[in-house]
Amino acid sequence: MFLGSSLFFWLLAALGAAILPWHMQQDGVTVAGLVALGQEDPEASSALWQAMAFGRFWFWPVVAAIALALPGALPAGSAARRAVFLLWGGGLGLLAIVLQGMAIGVQGWSWPWLAALFGELDDRQFGIGLGGSLAFLGCLVMVTDGLAMRGLFKGDRFVSGAVGLLVASIALFTAWPVLTMLGQMFTPRGDLGIGASLVERVADSKIWGLACVGSNVNCGVFWNTLLLATCTATAATCLGLCFALIVTRTQFPARRAMRLLTVLPIITPPFVIGLGLILIFGRSGVVNQIVAATTGVELGRWIYGFNGVLLAQVFSFTPTAFLVLIGVVEGISPAMEEASQTLRASRMRTFRAVTLPLMVPGLANAWLVVFVESLADFGNPIVLGGSYGVLSTEIFFAVVGAQQDFGRAAVLAGIMLVVGLCAFLLQRAVVGRRSYVSVTGKGDVGLPTPLPPPVRVVAFAVAIPWAILTIVVYTMALAGAFVRVWGRDWTPTLSHFQRAFAIEWAADGRMLFSGGAWHSLFTTIQLAAIAAPITASIGLLAAWVLTRQRFAGRTALEFSLMLTFAVPGTVIGVAYILTYNIPPLEITGTAMILIACFVFRNLPVGVRSGVAAMSQLDKSLDEAAITLRASTFRALRTVVLPLLKPAIVTALVYSFVRAMTTVSAVIFLVSAEYEMATVFIINRVINGDYGLAIAYCAVLIVLMMAAIGLINLAVGSRRLGRRAAPAALPAGGRA
Amino acid sequence: MLRRAAFALAFALPALPAAAQGQLNLYCSATIEWCQPIARGFERESGVRVNLTQRSTGEMLAAIRSEGRNPRGDVWWGGTGDPHVAAGEEGLTQPYESPRIAELHDWAQAQWRQTQGRTVGVYASVLGFGFNTELIARRNLPAPRCWADLLNPAYRGEIQVANPNSSGTAYIVIATLVQMMGEDPAFEYLKTLHGSVNSYPRSGTAPITAVARGETAVSISFVHNAAEEAAAGFPVGHAVPCEGTGYEIGSMSIIRGARNLQNAQRFYNWALSAEAQLAASREAKKLQTMANRNVPLTDGAPNMATARIIDYDNARFGASAERRRLLARWDREVGALPR
Repeated sequence: MFLGSSLFFWLLAALGAAILPWHMQQDGVTVAGLVALGQEDPEASSALWQAMAFGRFWFWPVVAAIALALPGALPAGSAARRAVFLLWGGGLGLLAIVLQGMAIGVQGWSWPWLAALFGELDDRQFGIGLGGSLAFLGCLVMVTDGLAMRGLFKGDRFVSGAVGLLVASIALFTAWPVLTMLGQMFTPRGDLGIGASLVERVADSKIWGLACVGSNVNCGVFWNTLLLATCTATAATCLGLCFALIVTRTQFPARRAMRLLTVLPIITPPFVIGLGLILIFGRSGVVNQIVAATTGVELGRWIYGFNGVLLAQVFSFTPTAFLVLIGVVEGISPAMEEASQTLRASRMRTFRAVTLPLMVPGLANAWLVVFVESLADFGNPIVLGGSYGVLSTEIFFAVVGAQQDFGRAAVLAGIMLVVGLCAFLLQRAVVGRRSYVSVTGKGDVGLPTPLPPPVRVVAFAVAIPWAILTIVVYTMALAGAFVRVWGRDWTPTLSHFQRAFAIEWAADGRMLFSGGAWHSLFTTIQLAAIAAPITASIGLLAAWVLTRQRFAGRTALEFSLMLTFAVPGTVIGVAYILTYNIPPLEITGTAMILIACFVFRNLPVGVRSGVAAMSQLDKSLDEAAITLRASTFRALRTVVLPLLKPAIVTALVYSFVRAMTTVSAVIFLVSAEYEMATVFIINRVINGDYGLAIAYCAVLIVLMMAAIGLINLAVGSRRLGRRAAPAALPAGGRA
Repeated sequence: MLRRAAFALAFALPALPAAAQGQLNLYCSATIEWCQPIARGFERESGVRVNLTQRSTGEMLAAIRSEGRNPRGDVWWGGTGDPHVAAGEEGLTQPYESPRIAELHDWAQAQWRQTQGRTVGVYASVLGFGFNTELIARRNLPAPRCWADLLNPAYRGEIQVANPNSSGTAYIVIATLVQMMGEDPAFEYLKTLHGSVNSYPRSGTAPITAVARGETAVSISFVHNAAEEAAAGFPVGHAVPCEGTGYEIGSMSIIRGARNLQNAQRFYNWALSAEAQLAASREAKKLQTMANRNVPLTDGAPNMATARIIDYDNARFGASAERRRLLARWDREVGALPR
């Protein structure tokens, strides 16, 4: 098979280096411009032609390395000899591409010491484009092929290539920007030296202070954040579990509606929950007024600070926990529970000794995801925090506030990363290396056991009030779209929708989208729809590699995949423009930077849900396929993927929805051409125009509901067991 | 990676906006309601295509700083003056002398001279108090008129002011008090005030939003913000302190290395004209005082000529070392106090 040989990727690299235009083209590539040999403009030429005709010597190593790899790509000679050529050629090619890109930028040499060494360079280059990307890709795959031929990854080219791609994309779009940002830690401040500034920034009582233990003063932001994240993660995981149990294990009539309800907070742009809570529990809120009128007790401002932020975060992140848990609870094979009951264990004992332990990876994953989300959450603390500061708000204001100290932001971001790392290690220690496999290839698995009565009661007692509260908060919040002044003048009106989504008919009968919100809405849908499948496929590929393959550096890869999640959006946003505003990857102001940001910020949920689902699938399933001579890729496609449908849905839904609702990172990356809905909404909120903002939110919510429905329809649900009747299989439909 | 390469093909290619003639990359840090009339007004006037990017002042400074080696914007209009001054200190903006400088108010010209021509004032906002009229009536509180009134124990737990570590507005409060009272008395004042403050939110506009929604009775904020909440239908009153008060200057700078320098200068001159300032601020219903002397005041706007406005020392209080010193003192002496 042509695609199956290294020659294809060698040709790709050669095409990228010799024929296609190496750099990014300002006005796009025309068909004529694709052949970039012999072009008159050096910027429109291929690497080879730039080196030959325009004296750009720095491309010779790239060309030479690719030429060196040719003997390895041809299907002749021993595998060991070919591997040597592929490894050296591909490796040197990657090195040459990276080095030339880093060393020579828009103003000649990028580093002063290069100019001192070689003299001023009278030339420059912009970011890499089509040719450069293809050459990089070709060289990368040649290296992974070479590694596989040397017997690494059990000689499996597909696994080796997948790991190579994951490592390269994580290095490019996560590690590089985060390290660039953290490097800011060492910028000297004022008249202090590098070391003294660093010490002063790290050893700050505003971060580590413990004054709150004894008196009524705020503690350091580190302790605030830790306390908040722990409480939020624990509460949200418990709530998420209650909902997941009710939806999958009871015949509760409204359980489909419950699914919708728990998804609602995820698809709500930030600020809305916080503002809704203020309308209910705030000092002038409904609850306070009722309590004051009936009992004369003033409840005051309890919603501001830790209490309020905790409440809002639990609202916001319970759905995340639910989404991670539902796939897990559905995936628990009833066979083991039936076995337990056959052995005369009571329902309660079965639940405690079989069901609950089987859910441990899911619970730990959900806890970790919520913990890290709470770390990085910005919208809720800013609305409800009052004087209660957390790391994410401190970082935001260190960058954009009155301090204007990038170094401090970098130190705080570093602390946040360390906390994220610790949570990750803790979670691994808890889940450990035990087996949680319950979906095996062994035929019919029976019906899920109903919940034991005490668990049932607890689940309902917790979930029902919460669901009602959610409905109330949302009604209060969404009412803002249909009344004149939210929280003040409750006269019904549709004028906010009119301002945002007006459509006019031009004289020639064309439709004119004259409302102010259309442009950002179209851009947002388009970019979110592009980002979601990429996130899902990279995430599930990563999950598969992490759970099914054993290789050196697996843990490091797993952690780096989770990295972006522990970094608040603001840091990612600033890190992205710091990194991608200059060559070699000059993508600021394009749609690509937004898509990259969405994909790599939301990747962790794709990975986590994939890992959680995958660790329940018996490895013998794919081994059976491989024994039957299916290729690794085919086993993945025909056996593993269909069993992963809930995880695929989770990853798709989550990344689509997050791409549409994320704010803090995107606010730095939007440009006039690519404006996002959330940034538009935030600008309205800042301006006090809640009516239009909430009207827009309402439209987004409806759109996302529709999108979630479509995704569910397109992916379908997995069928475990042979009983087809949906009534008998509560795991059947997804909302 | 294959997929990513396909994206490079589909999307990344039209990157790097062409340095063609006839366009301007406008960075705007006012509200979008104000930015849009500015952008459209200049388009109508000049035929130049304006690419408008709107971000808050702090976010914009962070963006301009990150883009320093490869600037994307041409001119930066609006937003509080300190970040503009900071950008000038770091060499991110370039000096320019407009023929219209003489038409401007003294405070706008002073800022332009103090920054060696890198930044010019385009509007000014006066610092004052906002209060919820209904809440004050319900609790029988007097409406605050002077700085000294805020120390009245009746206001205990009713006042909000932003945290100066994060909010430029709150920093201007400190700088104003220091200039009016002297540094030590100013900090004594802030310490006493601390007992009445119910929280120091992170954002500068949070206190006035809280006032509008009845979450707190009194806030220290810009007068125009209070007036805007009132215009939106909330029971908000405002006052300019009787002892005098400070102000912020909404500023404009040309970014160093601007790709469309000529258009940037053309915009700069246009934005300083009385017609442009009048039209855009009326369309956006803004209450700030415009920099051009020939722009009449909007109804209900605080008059900088009659209000007792202190002679704000931008050079001293805009400098980052002085800022850091005052913020550290606030943290030590006020922020760390128990309540």
